[in-house]
Amino acid sequence: MANTPMLAEMMKTHGISRRAFMKYCASLTSLMALSPALAPRVAEALENAPRPSVIWLSFQECTGCTEAITRSHAPTIEDLIFNAVSLDYHHTLQAASGHAAEEAREHAMKQHYGKYILIVDGSIPIKDPGYSCIAGISNLDMLKETAAGAAAIVSVGTCAAYGGVGHADPNPTGAVAVSEIIKDKPIINVPGCPPIPVVMTGVLAHFLSFGIPELDELGRPKAFYGNSIHDRCYRRPFYDKGQFAEGFDDEGAREGWCLYKLGCKGPTTKSACATVKWNNGVSFPIEAGHPCLGCTEPDFWDNGGFYKPLSVPAGDYRDAGLAAVAGGAALGAASALLAKAGKTKAAQAHETVDAHDLEKSS
Amino acid sequence: MDCKIPQTHTSSVADEILSYVETGNASPLLHEIQHALTTLLEQGRETTIDLGAMPFAPGDERILDEVLGEGEVYATITIMGESKIRETGTPGVWRIDHFDENGEYQSRFIEITFMPDILKTQHEDAEQGLKDLRERITTLKP
Repeated sequence: MANTPMLAEMMKTHGISRRAFMKYCASLTSLMALSPALAPRVAEALENAPRPSVIWLSFQECTGCTEAITRSHAPTIEDLIFNAVSLDYHHTLQAASGHAAEEAREHAMKQHYGKYILIVDGSIPIKDPGYSCIAGISNLDMLKETAAGAAAIVSVGTCAAYGGVGHADPNPTGAVAVSEIIKDKPIINVPGCPPIPVVMTGVLAHFLSFGIPELDELGRPKAFYGNSIHDRCYRRPFYDKGQFAEGFDDEGAREGWCLYKLGCKGPTTKSACATVKWNNGVSFPIEAGHPCLGCTEPDFWDNGGFYKPLSVPAGDYRDAGLAAVAGGAALGAASALLAKAGKTKAAQAHETVDAHDLEKSS
Repeated sequence: MDCKIPQTHTSSVADEILSYVETGNASPLLHEIQHALTTLLEQGRETTIDLGAMPFAPGDERILDEVLGEGEVYATITIMGESKIRETGTPGVWRIDHFDENGEYQSRFIEITFMPDILKTQHEDAEQGLKDLRERITTLKP
């Protein structure tokens, strides 16, 4: 339940020094891409932030976003910020279930009407609301009801922000993003599949210290989504020099050259992966040798194939397959021809095709 | 979860090779530091540069270390993981590296100052220290 202890009091209770808090604020300011000169202001704002009530709704999702945030190894003060937040409803994490759980949500809504933060992960099916229900309430109804009293909404993960995998072609449930349903509340999109845990914490800290952060045209906080992965990538010098890996086991791959030709979506993907990284700053996909999939961008699932370079127009494989069908191939043989066409084309154009692409076609 | 990569002979060779990968950002950064140090001396204004805010490869780090040199002061703060504070061989230019409890980088700064704030005892901590000291003294046997 929400009560009133401020962060400063909680720090004293937990024996955290002011110097530790300064260290945290310096790192947080860096994470939020703010000027280092603003660190004292971040500290002052966080110390005086009131304890907000949070309701977290999970709709059509895989629980990956919750897994990411709960399994992150958070520094003590980040833990404290989460403790400072009163998480009044989260049906994956809370002990209560059924009517007791729904009562907790209704109680929090009533007690903090107009003030609570609503966090949503997962897309919302609108083709038939019965596709996804919680305690007999459709996702659509629960979102509308809970959003009505929210001060702001945070759409965590690409599903809530842009529809995600549920929205991918052919979108059988009619999955949509939160922003397509709720039009009268400030919405902060924190996309990613899942988002980087410290980015989720950072957005929360920003909200507590400065309110709604400055957002880009896709509703993402500019502090974390202001730069493309490409611009911050440590492999960028290889791109500038024209040195590319052309296979996952060639000389370029071994030398750590740019993964652009292997389908890297870094140039069109805005995220903090290349600077903040994952697993306590250990690495990120490109550092592990895999191209960026572009998971913080809308419709990244339908972007023409994960292993196709950005310079190759999306839908090229489909065009090749259709040409084979139009050429008189029998319907039963069409998929085999499609796979063959893909292989031949890849060999001719030195284009990379992986097992998944071929499986989809065969 | 421990995600540290074990240090092997192979990784140290890879580190050696990587130390020559540069982004070209070291040179403009060194000029920025030069201007900031001039400002500190002429106007007394301190500057903090966030090294996490720009692409910076191991080769850039190497150049930075070589040009700034090794200084006389080296301090380690042990709170929420370590923080390493060191004055470079260019007095007035400090490197401040914050690590988490797993030894991974949290943030890295260059401060152009006569004394980094984080090294000073904070007022609130001194207040708490005084309170604790008074309590300890009262428990002393006469």
